[in-house]
Amino acid sequence: MTLTIAARELRALFLSPLAWGILAVTQVILGYLFLAGVDRFQRLQPRLGAIEGGPGVTEIVVVPLLANATTLLLLITPLVTMRLISAERAEGTLPLLLSAPVSMTRIVLGKYLGALGFLGVALIMLLLMPLSLYAGTTLDAGQLAAAVLGLALLTASFAAAGLFMSSLTRQPVVAAVSTFGLLLLLWILDWTGNVSGGIQEVIHYLSLTEHYKDLRQGVVSTADVVYYLLFITVFLVLSIRRLDVDRLHG
Amino acid sequence: MSSEPLVAVEHLERNYGPFRAVRDVTFELRQGDVLGFLGPNGAGKSSTMRIITGSLAPSAGSIRINGLDLLEQPLAAKRHIGFLPEDPPLYRDLTVDEYLRYCGRLNGLRGQALTEGVRDARRRCGLAEAGQRLIGNLSRGFQQRVGIAQAIVHRPEVVVLDEPSIGLDPIQVREIRDLIRELGQAHGVILSSHLLPEVQAVCNRVQIIHEGRLVLSEALAELNECLAPTSLRVTLAEPVGEEALQGVAGVDAVEDLGSGTYRIRHQPDADPAEALAARAVHEGWGLRALIPEERSLEQTFVDLTLKEEAA
Repeated sequence: MTLTIAARELRALFLSPLAWGILAVTQVILGYLFLAGVDRFQRLQPRLGAIEGGPGVTEIVVVPLLANATTLLLLITPLVTMRLISAERAEGTLPLLLSAPVSMTRIVLGKYLGALGFLGVALIMLLLMPLSLYAGTTLDAGQLAAAVLGLALLTASFAAAGLFMSSLTRQPVVAAVSTFGLLLLLWILDWTGNVSGGIQEVIHYLSLTEHYKDLRQGVVSTADVVYYLLFITVFLVLSIRRLDVDRLHG
Repeated sequence: MSSEPLVAVEHLERNYGPFRAVRDVTFELRQGDVLGFLGPNGAGKSSTMRIITGSLAPSAGSIRINGLDLLEQPLAAKRHIGFLPEDPPLYRDLTVDEYLRYCGRLNGLRGQALTEGVRDARRRCGLAEAGQRLIGNLSRGFQQRVGIAQAIVHRPEVVVLDEPSIGLDPIQVREIRDLIRELGQAHGVILSSHLLPEVQAVCNRVQIIHEGRLVLSEALAELNECLAPTSLRVTLAEPVGEEALQGVAGVDAVEDLGSGTYRIRHQPDADPAEALAARAVHEGWGLRALIPEERSLEQTFVDLTLKEEAA
């Protein structure tokens, strides 16, 4: 049942020009950044070769590419998730799901998996670029895997927040704007600089990007992974609760 | 199965804050029933239907679908219900077939059963030729049919239709009514409407709901008996006086409406029309009109709802 809803969601995304537009735009922008990175590497290569244990192609090309991809994903995820529940509300199709023998949890999970499916496609297309480097050189597979894991977790967190925002409203645009606002806030939390003492540490810990930095460097720490998983779970549970409230309070 | 009602609703309550939308509603639905839910807009019809189908939680009361408690075993109970909400829940970007397959899957149909369910629902709703068409491009009447097809694709025992003929033209209305009558043979159907002729045309039981309360619940046949004419309107060339009319056999009371017109009340089983005509001819009263005054369901409806308001 969950997969039925997920498949329908994925299909609905690909039936709209928005999804194709998003994929095209991300691909063009990241393709440009990737080529710029490769070009920079080629210019630097003679000098880098001289340094013992200096940065390789993974650090010069791939890591900056994935770092830029996070910014782009921050921008596109709200557009992908905005319609998940709000559109069902607006078009009056929510009763179809609510009166079907499907639990709220499955509805929410189905919707979430549908959005993840689309974002997964975007990630794979992005990943093809660094993988193409294998044609001429070798990459640091460990670091690449850690960075991709981090990017996937980060994107999944964005999607969970977007799903929740979409469950709050009946207007997709409102859902998109509020998702973007929430993500941006969590993104820039660690820009606050010198807030006194312990608070600084808490704020630092909550920031979405902070946990991605280590993963990008190839350090997989359970604390970071668990942070993302908790983040996702919290927003999924909140979405389920929100739909339940609909049923209870009308 | 005859002993267990398809739907048993007991003491249903639903509050929206201080507003009591549904108050103490109790009823049953049995196999072969087409139950008409009648009431003015905002009477609590839609709330009741949403509660029965599990998309709204009741504040109090119990609902059993086919013997399963909707609140305790919601998933099992919901399998036996098909629901068409007031606005048909259609995905405009899908074709009819894709949409019905999705609805079938949501209700747990797979493989052969799914294909057959979709084909069957399409045939019964007159959509046999429309399988490949995009729902967004269909006319309102066809969209409504897709909505009904969606409600019966998993062959539920109970079909709940909220205002199924709203916004349709007269020919489409007639087609939808035929379809509902047909559904009533195999399923139990609950239908809401604020159109009285519709209920009179397709239902065998009627419930009138007003301000959240059931004010009438009867079989349509019994109701029609109550609605049997109990008065005649007589127009004579010359006023003859109430006493003269009172003398005719079967006349209970006479009311003078002026200028030779009288209203004559009688018992439902003792119609004095014939005797009255014979007497008028015999006495030379100059009978111009003799009209039975029917009490329509509409009149009952207005009486009941207005009485509630006055009380």
